[in-house]
Amino acid sequence: MIRFDDVVLRYPRSARAAVSHITLDAPRGAITAIVGPNGSGKSTLVRALLGRLLPESGAISLDGTPIAQLTRLETARRVALVPQREEPAFPLVVRDFIALGRYAHGGVWSGETPADRAAIAQAAERAGVAEYLERRTVELSGGEWQRVRIARALAQGGDALVLDEPTAFLDVAHEMAVFELLDALAREKRAVLLVSHQLNLVARFASSIALLHAGTLAAFGSPDDVMRGDLLERVYEWPLVVSRDPAVGAPVLVPLRHRAPR
Amino acid sequence: MKPRVYVALLIALALAALAGLALGPVSLSPAAVWSALFGHGDPNAVSIVQALRLPRIALGIVIGAGLGMSGAALQSTLRNPLAEPYLLGVSGGAAVGAVAAVSLHYSSLAFLPIAAFAGALLAVTLVLLVARAAGARGDPRVLLMAGVVVGAFANAAVMVLLAGESADSVRGALWWMMGSLSDATWQGTRWIAIYVGIGGVLLFALGREIELLALGEDPAAALGVDVERATRRVYLAASLLAAVTVAGAGLIGFVGLVVPAIVRALGARSVRSAMLGAAIAGGALVVGADVVARTVRAPAELPLGAVTALIGVPFFLMRLRRMT
Repeated sequence: MIRFDDVVLRYPRSARAAVSHITLDAPRGAITAIVGPNGSGKSTLVRALLGRLLPESGAISLDGTPIAQLTRLETARRVALVPQREEPAFPLVVRDFIALGRYAHGGVWSGETPADRAAIAQAAERAGVAEYLERRTVELSGGEWQRVRIARALAQGGDALVLDEPTAFLDVAHEMAVFELLDALAREKRAVLLVSHQLNLVARFASSIALLHAGTLAAFGSPDDVMRGDLLERVYEWPLVVSRDPAVGAPVLVPLRHRAPR
Repeated sequence: MKPRVYVALLIALALAALAGLALGPVSLSPAAVWSALFGHGDPNAVSIVQALRLPRIALGIVIGAGLGMSGAALQSTLRNPLAEPYLLGVSGGAAVGAVAAVSLHYSSLAFLPIAAFAGALLAVTLVLLVARAAGARGDPRVLLMAGVVVGAFANAAVMVLLAGESADSVRGALWWMMGSLSDATWQGTRWIAIYVGIGGVLLFALGREIELLALGEDPAAALGVDVERATRRVYLAASLLAAVTVAGAGLIGFVGLVVPAIVRALGARSVRSAMLGAAIAGGALVVGADVVARTVRAPAELPLGAVTALIGVPFFLMRLRRMT
């Protein structure tokens, strides 16, 4: 559904491209993960999806339509996106915050419709935030805040969900809850595109992984194709081994110490 | 915001207006004000109320509404609780435009706001360019510094424009620069009200976009906002409001800072309710401050901008302290 086709992106006044010749697609019904070291271009791809950065060459398309041909509103109706960082300038009530997800579905003067209310309630339920709709965003813990942001994206609707490091700062339980939710959404035929540093979880949940290295695509394929010790060691520039977790049967990355511990 | 909060704000506005009608060099009882409003009673009182004080209060309400709405919109759009047209140098730019128009003898009531608007747009563009050059558009302090610098530049430009004028007109211009409702006329107020109405409607129409811009540019874009276009439109409308207030009553600072904060503290949840509340509260604050300006050292009159600054600066410092 979301397709990057030979995309080259360059920030204004920058000599070198931030990402070059990236081709990958995130189909419906699967989690597609983008991983890679800091600064490898993951968030740049997300910014391009937002139309904040236009491809120098290549195209980003939704079901075959280049997003350059869509308005921001049209894109927002089809792709909900949770950016990496966000801090409201003024504290909001959680329900009002989730309701902002409905922006793309309303007119200039239109109030909340029954469809909006249903989408908001359902999204809150789904993301597990229904019990604190009346709290203010500043009163939320890190985990609650991430789930509220996901709830807003769910209220936004559409067939695709893009998340930029949604589990940063989350503890194990909250992290797993987010991944389980994404898995359930993918099973409902949504396309889930996920930027993450959690390689081990990604290897368990994603159908395919795009590994970025210095703005280029080092590998794109199934978790077993990408989770290879030699490949990851070269990309992350750190000694590591990849084994297979006997309990869950997924590849597991274990970074090594430079020296053997005493 | 709950309906009773709006009612409370309207009562505050009504009380300020009543004080404005009753108090002054000639004090009138509320009963005398009431009959004078309908043309009954002492003819002197009738002419004081209808010809002098009423247009002044009407102008104060319109100016305060404009400043309040402009401040509320700018604070959300710039994600900065200290943003307001005066501190951002927008009002200063408007003053340059207005003074330039007057010194070129284009000072009709209908045209003056347009000249001020051109100056305000120039100033807001400059502020954003300076802030961007400093590399931190998102840092509220950089933006305010840029505003202060552009404001100082605007001040200097006004001084240059006034250099060749007679002592009297310089004095008049300086008085106007410190903010005053003393030149209020019905005709002038009508023009100001029309422009404030246009700017206000534009900002209300942008209410949903402003709400999302307050989340940040990336989240706003993710939710479907064309960030550049929406931001440009907010600056246009907010600058129009600021410029019109300057054309009508000179430089009145801090109203756009104080009023949106009060309204938010009173429970305004959406940008539109904050703007509506700020419009009412702004009117009450300006009319109230004008009463203070006229009465504390009567028969002398204080500059209105000085009164609002005396209220606004401590408030600004409190906010700044909470931010850092």
